[in-house]
Amino acid sequence: MAEHAIGADDEIDLSRRKFLTRATIATGAIGAVFTAVPFVESWSPSERARAQGAPVDIDLTKVEPGQMIAPIPVWRKSPIYVVHRGPEMIKRIAGHDDQLKDPHSEQSDQPAYAKNPLRSRTPEFLVLVGTCTHLGCLPKQRFAAGELYPSWPGGFFCPCHGSRFDLAGRVFQGSPASINLRVPPYSFPTERTLRVGADEKGAA
Amino acid sequence: MAIKTASGAPAQLPPAGRPSAGQRLWAWLNRRMPIQGFIEDQLTGYYAPKNFNVWYFFGSLALLVLVVQLLTGIFLTMFYKVGETSSFDSVEYIMREVSFGWLIRYLHSTGASAFFIVVYLHMFRAFLYGSYRAPRELLWLLGMAVYLALMAEAFMGYVLPWGNMSFWGAQVIVNLFSTIPGIGPALVEWIRGDYAIADATLNRFFSLHVVAIPLALLLLVALHLVALRQTGSNNPDGIEIKDRLGPNGRPLDGIPFHPYYTVKDIVGVGVFFVLFAIVVFFVPTLGGLFLEAPNFEPANPLSTPEHIAPVWYFTPYYAILRAVPDQRLGALLMLIAVMVFLFVPWLDRSPVKSMRYKGYWSRLWLTLFAISFIALGYLGLQPAEGLYVVLARIFAVIYFLFFILMPFYTRFESVRPVPERVTYHAH
Repeated sequence: MAEHAIGADDEIDLSRRKFLTRATIATGAIGAVFTAVPFVESWSPSERARAQGAPVDIDLTKVEPGQMIAPIPVWRKSPIYVVHRGPEMIKRIAGHDDQLKDPHSEQSDQPAYAKNPLRSRTPEFLVLVGTCTHLGCLPKQRFAAGELYPSWPGGFFCPCHGSRFDLAGRVFQGSPASINLRVPPYSFPTERTLRVGADEKGAA
Repeated sequence: MAIKTASGAPAQLPPAGRPSAGQRLWAWLNRRMPIQGFIEDQLTGYYAPKNFNVWYFFGSLALLVLVVQLLTGIFLTMFYKVGETSSFDSVEYIMREVSFGWLIRYLHSTGASAFFIVVYLHMFRAFLYGSYRAPRELLWLLGMAVYLALMAEAFMGYVLPWGNMSFWGAQVIVNLFSTIPGIGPALVEWIRGDYAIADATLNRFFSLHVVAIPLALLLLVALHLVALRQTGSNNPDGIEIKDRLGPNGRPLDGIPFHPYYTVKDIVGVGVFFVLFAIVVFFVPTLGGLFLEAPNFEPANPLSTPEHIAPVWYFTPYYAILRAVPDQRLGALLMLIAVMVFLFVPWLDRSPVKSMRYKGYWSRLWLTLFAISFIALGYLGLQPAEGLYVVLARIFAVIYFLFFILMPFYTRFESVRPVPERVTYHAH
């Protein structure tokens, strides 16, 4: 092995050193990002949580017009509000569009078949995710006309921050919530059964 | 040959004869680790301004509360069982069946509130005397990082008992992230690890609360102290004691941290513990302020408490959130209300640091800000309706104006002359 003497020929190539330093840092940084992936991914809902989020069937034979299904059914750990609206209740959904933030559900979250004034597939059954679109509290039923104030057409009232929704789950102006109550994907496999979490497009 | 020190006094000569076993052990240790050097650098040779007043108790008290929280937290973790079905019961078990479990838990729950009390007073001290001004900007930013970590720690700790307020508090706070455009809903699902606040959420909050955030807190507190040692403490006059050195190279207006301020701080510790013990033994819930009534019921995803409010230390920001009739804007303003503190070192353009020499407008705005902060704290505990919302909007405006107008009123007001030496009257 030859002696390696330090001399004029051993000039340090600084630009080469700088390039190698930067290339090492860049490679290390890319590696760090890839290493983070499994840790970040571990926080996503687990296989078990996903399996438990499967669609649920709800029996509609026991809910009279004017009532909401109780005890409140649960889909994906969220309460599902199913209201059987009678003709009188359906009438009270019209006539206050000017007081609503999003009367035509342009900004709101619902399947295409629920993007209509009644926000439902069939006029009589209203199906909503029962968590306030503001910060997730459970709005309470205030179905009777005039229950909150004389011109109140009936609907839902969130006790946490005072958001108000009509009998189609549409949010009133002056509420902290910005969008209407969410409508989950749903279908009717038989005439008297409601399936939440699945529709013609398959399971959510 | 006479050995003299820098000040001219004869140095103490080592005692004649063989050193004692203790001295030899001390020498052995110091050859291997700079223990004595550390003590001299950090305590006996660290000079702090001699004019500290009561406002200077709260830094050391914050450190004390951190120790209380770590000690009681370690013991609570020995008895607490994390899980959707076990958390609430294990807290009841600690309260009713573990020997002195009630005491350890009340020390921890009271410690959480005490932490925020001393930290808010510590921050107010910085506003009074301009402790965030150059060259202490980084010290201030590191202190803010401690405050932010503390907020995360307190929030996650409040979820662990899995009472109904734990659950709904978590629901409301986690849902704040859903207002982020685009990624919001996916981000919320990722934080929860489920389609709702559930066992997965509780379990990860437990891990963060007992391991990750305490480690981060310890690191940030250490960095805060390193930055403090670099710049030295500010003082009520807001002048640099390092600018006036005596013939021995020590600041003329400085005294060694040990024994002078260690002894002073011990008095503060005594008073603090008396007040702390009164709360722990006689009013541990402080009428629902430190521990809220709905949290004595187990979490119920199908039953929202009549009225959701966070613990008192978050209510000023919560009041701002609720005062805004738009969800996204409310969350954004709440975030700004917390983060705006980071910019204070650059918003304050006054030629002087201390409120003692600032003008009328600075005093007025700081007073208004303190009133707004307390008023918002009160309003955040009240239902969001009627007059409460109107008042919250008014105080939120004052809160933000304090910061927005700061570059102007601090710059254009007339200030009083700053003395060359600190104001100090021997007792």
